[in-house]
Amino acid sequence: MKLGKKRPPAAEADLTPMIDMTFQLIAFFMVLINFSQSEQNDKVTLPTSELAKPVDTPIDFPIIVHLTSEDAVVIGGDKIALESIASRLLPEISLLKLENKTAGDATIIIRCHKDAPGGRVQDLINRCQESDLGFRNFALRVKEEI
Amino acid sequence: MEFRHRGDRDERNELPMTSMIDVVFLLLVFFIMTFKISAQEGDFNVKMPKPGEGVASESTDLSLKLRLTADDTGQLSEIVLNDNLSFAKDWGAVRAKIVEMVGDEAGPSDEDGPEVEIDLDYNLHYIHVIEAITAVTGYRTGDDVVKLIDRIKFAPRR
Repeated sequence: MKLGKKRPPAAEADLTPMIDMTFQLIAFFMVLINFSQSEQNDKVTLPTSELAKPVDTPIDFPIIVHLTSEDAVVIGGDKIALESIASRLLPEISLLKLENKTAGDATIIIRCHKDAPGGRVQDLINRCQESDLGFRNFALRVKEEI
Repeated sequence: MEFRHRGDRDERNELPMTSMIDVVFLLLVFFIMTFKISAQEGDFNVKMPKPGEGVASESTDLSLKLRLTADDTGQLSEIVLNDNLSFAKDWGAVRAKIVEMVGDEAGPSDEDGPEVEIDLDYNLHYIHVIEAITAVTGYRTGDDVVKLIDRIKFAPRR
C-alpha cells in the first residue's frame, strides 16, 4: 500500500494587518496633503506672531499676493513687477464680476518676506487701491509662533 | 481504500495581492515624500488711506499713532507713541502703555473702538511691522488671547 506523501503547509505570512496599517497611513497623508501651490512660496519666510490664529470663517474671495525679499511680487505662481500688478489682477476682477462682485468684496492677502522693506507693503496696498483696481480689504499673513 | 486527499479540496481561491501591495506602497512613499509640516498661519486686517487722504477715521474714539524709525540696515531703531512717548525698542512697554490707555477688559469694538496708525520708515523690515501690530493687537495669557486694538491702519508711505 502506497500512501501519498504529506506536503508541509506553505509558510505564508498574514499580510492583512500590514495592509490595514498601510491603508490607514495613506488615508492620513491624503487628508493632510495640501496641493495648493498659490498659498505657498519657498522664497517667502513669514514673520511670526504669538497672535497668529487661523480665521474662524474662510475669506470669501481671497487673492494671495507674495512679496519676496528680492522685491518680486508673485501671484498664482506668476512673478511680476509691482508696477505691472494690474495686468495680473484685472483678470481676477473679471472673475469677481461674473459672480456679481466687485474688487471691494475681495481680500488681498499679503504674504511678505520678513526682511522685505515694510514700505513695499505700503506700495502694494497703494497700487491695489488705485482707481483701476479698487481693492479695499487687505490682510497681512503671519505664521504662528511656536 | 483511498488515503490520498482529493486535490481540489485544498485549492483556495486567493487573490493576487502582490501588485496591489506594490501600488499601495508607492502611494505611501509619494505621500510621505510630499508631506510638509507647516505652522498655522493667521491674518491681521489692515487699512491704509489712499494717497492724498491721511486723516484719522472719524468713527474712532481714540486714535493712537505709532511711529517706527529704522536705521540704515532696516532694523528698528526707535518706537514713538503719539509723537511724545519713546519706548526705544521695548515692545513689552508699548503693550503695557496700550493696556493702560485702552484697558483690556471690554475688548475691541469693530465700529468705533480705538485705532492705531502705524507710521513706518520705508526701509523698515516687515518683521518689525508685524511686531508692532502684535504689540497693539493683544497678548496671550496661556491659551487665551486678550484683544486690545483691532483697527490697524498704515499712515501714508514716507
